[in-house]
Amino acid sequence: MKRTFAMLSVLMVAAMILSACGQATPEATEPPDVEVTEAPETPEPFECDDDIGCVTYAPDEPIRIASALVITGPDSQLGLDSQYGVEIAIDFRGQVAGHDVELQAEDDGCSAEGGQAAGQKIVSDPTIIGVVGTSCSGAGVPMSRVISEAGYFMVSPSNTSPVLTDPDNAWNPGYLRTAHNDKVQGAAIADYAFNVLGLTTAAAIHDGDPYTEGLTNAFRESFQALGGTIVAYTAVNKGDTDMRPVLTDVAAAGPPGFLYYPVFTAECALLSKQALEVAGLEDTVRSAADGCISDAAALAIGDASAGMYWSGPDIAFAGQLYEDFRAAYLDKYGTETLSVFHAHAFDATNMIFDCIESVGVLEDDGTLHIGRDAMRACLYATTGFDGITGTLTCDAVGDCADPKISISEIQDGDYVKIWP
Amino acid sequence: MVKSWDIDLRIPLRFGLIAGLIALMESVIGIVTLSWERSLVANVVTMGQVLLFAPAIVIASMAAKQANQDKKLVSLLYGLVTGFLTAIPLIILIAMATAFDLRQFMPNVSPALIELLTFGRSPVAGSLILLGVTSLMGLLAAAFDFLPKFIQRPLLMGLIVTLTIGIFSEILSNRLRDLVSVDFSRAIFEGKALKTIIAAGLFAFVAVLNFLWNQFQEPIRGAFGSLPPRLTRVLRVLVILVLIALGLLIPTIAGTYLSEVINNVGIFVLMGLGLNIVVGFAGLLDLGYVAFFAIGAYSMAVFTTEGPLGVSNMSFWAAIPFCIVIAAFAGIVLGVPVLRMRGDYLAIVTLGFGEIIRILALSDLLKPYIGGAQGVLKIPKPTIINFFAVIRDFFVNLFRGLPLPKAPFETIDLIKPEQFYYIVLAGCALAWFVSWRLGESRLGRQWMAVREDEDVAEAVGIKLVSTKLLAFAVGAAFSGLSGAFFASKLTSIFPHSFKLDISINVLCLIIIGGIGSLPGVVVGSIILVGMPELLREFKEYRLLMYGILLVVMMLARPEGFIPSAVKRREMLTADEQMQASAETESAAGD
Amino acid sequence: MRSRLANIDFIGVFLWVIRAAIIVAVVWGTTATILNNTYTTRQWTDFLVFGVAQGSMYALIAIGYTLVYGVLFMINFAHGEFFMSGIFTATVFLALPMDNAGWLDRNPLLGLLIIAVVSMVISVVIAVVTERIAYRHLRTAPRLVPLITAIGASFFWQNLYRGLLGGEQKPFPQLEVLTGTIPMLGTEIQKVHIVVIIVTIIMLIGLNFFIIRTKTGKAIRSVAEDKEVAALMGIDVDRTITITFITGAAMAGIAGVLYAMVYRQVHFFMGFIPGIKAFTAAVLGGIGSIPGAAIGGLFLGMFESVGPSLFLKGLGIPAFNQLKDVIAFTMLVLVLIFRPQGILGEPLAEKKA
Repeated sequence: MKRTFAMLSVLMVAAMILSACGQATPEATEPPDVEVTEAPETPEPFECDDDIGCVTYAPDEPIRIASALVITGPDSQLGLDSQYGVEIAIDFRGQVAGHDVELQAEDDGCSAEGGQAAGQKIVSDPTIIGVVGTSCSGAGVPMSRVISEAGYFMVSPSNTSPVLTDPDNAWNPGYLRTAHNDKVQGAAIADYAFNVLGLTTAAAIHDGDPYTEGLTNAFRESFQALGGTIVAYTAVNKGDTDMRPVLTDVAAAGPPGFLYYPVFTAECALLSKQALEVAGLEDTVRSAADGCISDAAALAIGDASAGMYWSGPDIAFAGQLYEDFRAAYLDKYGTETLSVFHAHAFDATNMIFDCIESVGVLEDDGTLHIGRDAMRACLYATTGFDGITGTLTCDAVGDCADPKISISEIQDGDYVKIWP
Repeated sequence: MVKSWDIDLRIPLRFGLIAGLIALMESVIGIVTLSWERSLVANVVTMGQVLLFAPAIVIASMAAKQANQDKKLVSLLYGLVTGFLTAIPLIILIAMATAFDLRQFMPNVSPALIELLTFGRSPVAGSLILLGVTSLMGLLAAAFDFLPKFIQRPLLMGLIVTLTIGIFSEILSNRLRDLVSVDFSRAIFEGKALKTIIAAGLFAFVAVLNFLWNQFQEPIRGAFGSLPPRLTRVLRVLVILVLIALGLLIPTIAGTYLSEVINNVGIFVLMGLGLNIVVGFAGLLDLGYVAFFAIGAYSMAVFTTEGPLGVSNMSFWAAIPFCIVIAAFAGIVLGVPVLRMRGDYLAIVTLGFGEIIRILALSDLLKPYIGGAQGVLKIPKPTIINFFAVIRDFFVNLFRGLPLPKAPFETIDLIKPEQFYYIVLAGCALAWFVSWRLGESRLGRQWMAVREDEDVAEAVGIKLVSTKLLAFAVGAAFSGLSGAFFASKLTSIFPHSFKLDISINVLCLIIIGGIGSLPGVVVGSIILVGMPELLREFKEYRLLMYGILLVVMMLARPEGFIPSAVKRREMLTADEQMQASAETESAAGD
Repeated sequence: MRSRLANIDFIGVFLWVIRAAIIVAVVWGTTATILNNTYTTRQWTDFLVFGVAQGSMYALIAIGYTLVYGVLFMINFAHGEFFMSGIFTATVFLALPMDNAGWLDRNPLLGLLIIAVVSMVISVVIAVVTERIAYRHLRTAPRLVPLITAIGASFFWQNLYRGLLGGEQKPFPQLEVLTGTIPMLGTEIQKVHIVVIIVTIIMLIGLNFFIIRTKTGKAIRSVAEDKEVAALMGIDVDRTITITFITGAAMAGIAGVLYAMVYRQVHFFMGFIPGIKAFTAAVLGGIGSIPGAAIGGLFLGMFESVGPSLFLKGLGIPAFNQLKDVIAFTMLVLVLIFRPQGILGEPLAEKKA
């Protein structure tokens, strides 16, 4: 008891000190929380007339941008790939508006909780101008709200869920993306199956992930719109290993000419292998999507990859810039590209840099002021931006991608584009 | 243990191998490489260095203690040999990695790892340096023991505090920047680490403080103890008031990000308090507790969402009672089938219920009602009336003779974590109060009777059915409330947030904190929820640390950090008995 | 009036309503499925074979749970990690290099035997280490304490393996011998499934012999019955408990090899879900009973495979395969409502509950 008491009194003193500190702070904790730079000699001190507020970087300070990508856990290759894209963009660019650029890398955890926590961490730092992220749409939904309410902006390199740019759903001002919308990929794979392969019946399997479910749904709608028939639309669970019952069920319902399962590596490999062993699916064409495009996936699928297709963003980009990019990637990280959204991240970062240069106000001594609302306006007004992934033009809800979907197959262990 | 006068080299051999294996494990799983560049004190020590050399230091010190106290040379030798042996597995690793491509099997045995283990030298030279460094550390660790206790403890305390502050430099420097000034923050921190000079000062300060406290704690305590009882009571009330004030001030001090972390902790405290009733009070092992969390969250989501899935556009406040009632009802419905099951049967069935709820939430079957894999979006944040503005308007208008303010009053949305904190705090305070009162009540004693022995409890006239169901219902209600907060805080929920991990996490945190103890729940949540969130950059190793923590904690302190009063008594008696029996044994041995 | 109302056993009524509702749903779904005649006989037998193969693995893992529960009355949550560790190690260090060198294709049987032995040994080592460090000191601790250390050990091994050998899926080589089908029972059955079933039967018979006939087996049984009396009879309790862990882990190691042969990919997290399923199977069969674990495993595998199509398809539920775990756990609840001690379990004595 006495000990508790002594502890409590220490706490009391600490509390008093801390609360004194608390009162000492200026109450301006709202978004325009800006470091006041003292520049007495300047004849006309800069006045911020931005609707949200300005970020000011002193002459020797780097511009700070954040990334919120999935860099740990089972999906980490997706996020690391994008983060490398951002880092290479920073390296290539050198200085922006006369300042260095510093990246604050956060982890979106590929979950709603992770996205929100990363978002709150970012908006608690007033020196960060904006975010490249998130990797996963599920993390993007809560994070875009946090980012938006705090007056920041985010450009996602790999969110593809349609809800994120749907103002009636989860879109918030300040959200943009350079990745394609799922609807585009669903339409492309349906087009390939129906028109190129000439198959009129299809089945689709998702694994309950928001991404795969959304994409499967988009495929179903597009395939039906083309005049095809969906004979089975079913699902497995993440962590399932015995897919034969599900596949037998699909076979019993059709069997379909085309089977689309845009799930992730583990379940994708199991489905690919076991579909060959189920009676009735011998003539069915199997197809997965970008969640299953990785070296580990190719190894895990092994020989079963013969006759299989993958849909995903077209990363057979032309041009010297992409050659340089891949060389730098290999040089810096000692590996070929890990996933498919590095170029989208590169373009997103450069879009941000272009806007910083066009809206930033540079004083004579090198102090840089950037209006947050001006940044948003500039990003949404991006037209004809020339990036690796194509010519990007943003619409009013931030869909900036120049979407190109390709179909690939595995030849000698490598994914090779075969269409279009 | 019998301490021999002679040198027993098996002791340092065993300790050295254990230390070496730990160091080897840390290296090959990649945590050393990851944290090698992460400075704690700028230009002095990094986290990777601490991790790599801590086993040599700690275990050499343990080995040295095995030597007879009078034989200082023997203990130095033990320390030295232990330190020496710690390097051996690492050197074997260096040799193997130089000879073969180990990376194809173990991805984390990278060239970077070998480079840092050999200090950038050639394998042979590097190995020798490593050997020398660990031996020296072992020797120093053994020598440290010669210092008198009253010097040892302040030094250790100073070291621990300095390194801890070093780990959290980034967050602290951000806070200092906002609370004081940029220049102040830069004066203390350099990048994401403490400045050397500040670290030295901090170390000295903490050590001196600890030294003084150790010297004078008896007189101070005596002085407090001899205060007149009335004054003591006044002081106690004062302390409670200050604590409450502190609780209210936390968001201002903590800022956005820390408030967010505290809110997450609070949500788990709320769940922990609920599970504490089910497991801690009533002894019903529930491994599917996440079910009620999910039910609370989905109720809040469906009742309040502005999206297409909403059934009513209730406000947060109107929905809260529904969430609690629905969760409590679910607690009863899921409780009935398991009434007659005991122990581990109960555990697996409740685990099954948790999974059933999650799979149903995920399923295409219920997609038209609760969104399936796409979850429920656009859940509004709570809104409160801006009392300050209303009261101000009231007086201003009264003074000016204008019409008084009428409903609808001006409102504010509790968007920021700093604001949402108060809601979580209120929920936790309520749950705490209810738990505390229930624990002391007749019902609480009935629960404990059921926990100790169901048959005896039934024999003395306790109605098992209603007692157990009430425990399930109250526990579920807390969890439902927690889920409702979670949904509103996140503004969108997905089925993936309701995995088995949450049930396990909540169970672990109440046991780590001390089962049946209310402060224990808070401590457990801070350790198992707050800490990992603050150490996000090591997320890859979070669960590994978590696993080690659980095992070590249960071996070292099975009653938890803050044991409940009952448990403390039990453990105490058990200890006494053990001591007594040990004494008899040693007596018999003599 | 009031007293009569109070006499009604609401709980009993509620339980009857649950049972009736489930039975109605099952009968309805089954009838509709069968009347619709969606599946051919071949497909029905396929469902059964898949279920038996999956169930065999569950059975082998469940034995480890049941053995440990029998002697220690603790849920060994880390048992799934024993299953994972053996085959994961053997795949990375043995199967893949052997396959890359082409040796495995030339000597498939010898290769598989080596893999199986190594997998068993690693599983056993992991189990013994876990028992020694995390469980031995806690024999007399309150029951929740070893449960928590078991959860801790499970997290530890999973993440140690992830750090050690990597977090991605590792392929397990496809062997010519195991590929293809054999006509049997009027249908085509995968060779690998036949191997799984035969190996499981051999292991179960061997285990039965070991437990019933050998001296060590008798020691295990007597420790399970009463540790103190066993100690008085001169049985080394600690050693016997270690042997119990070894036996369970060896079974898990074999189950791991079967798993790798069937699914041809391994992963550090592969033990968690089968572990939980096997625990369910052990409880279903009656925890502490070895034949119970085997039957529970088989039942669970079959219900997961046949259940969704048989019961749910007829009810017109969309994506009903998603709900297979719901069926598994509902069945568990149902069995435990009817028979609280599981299918083959003896009614629990007070101390075991």
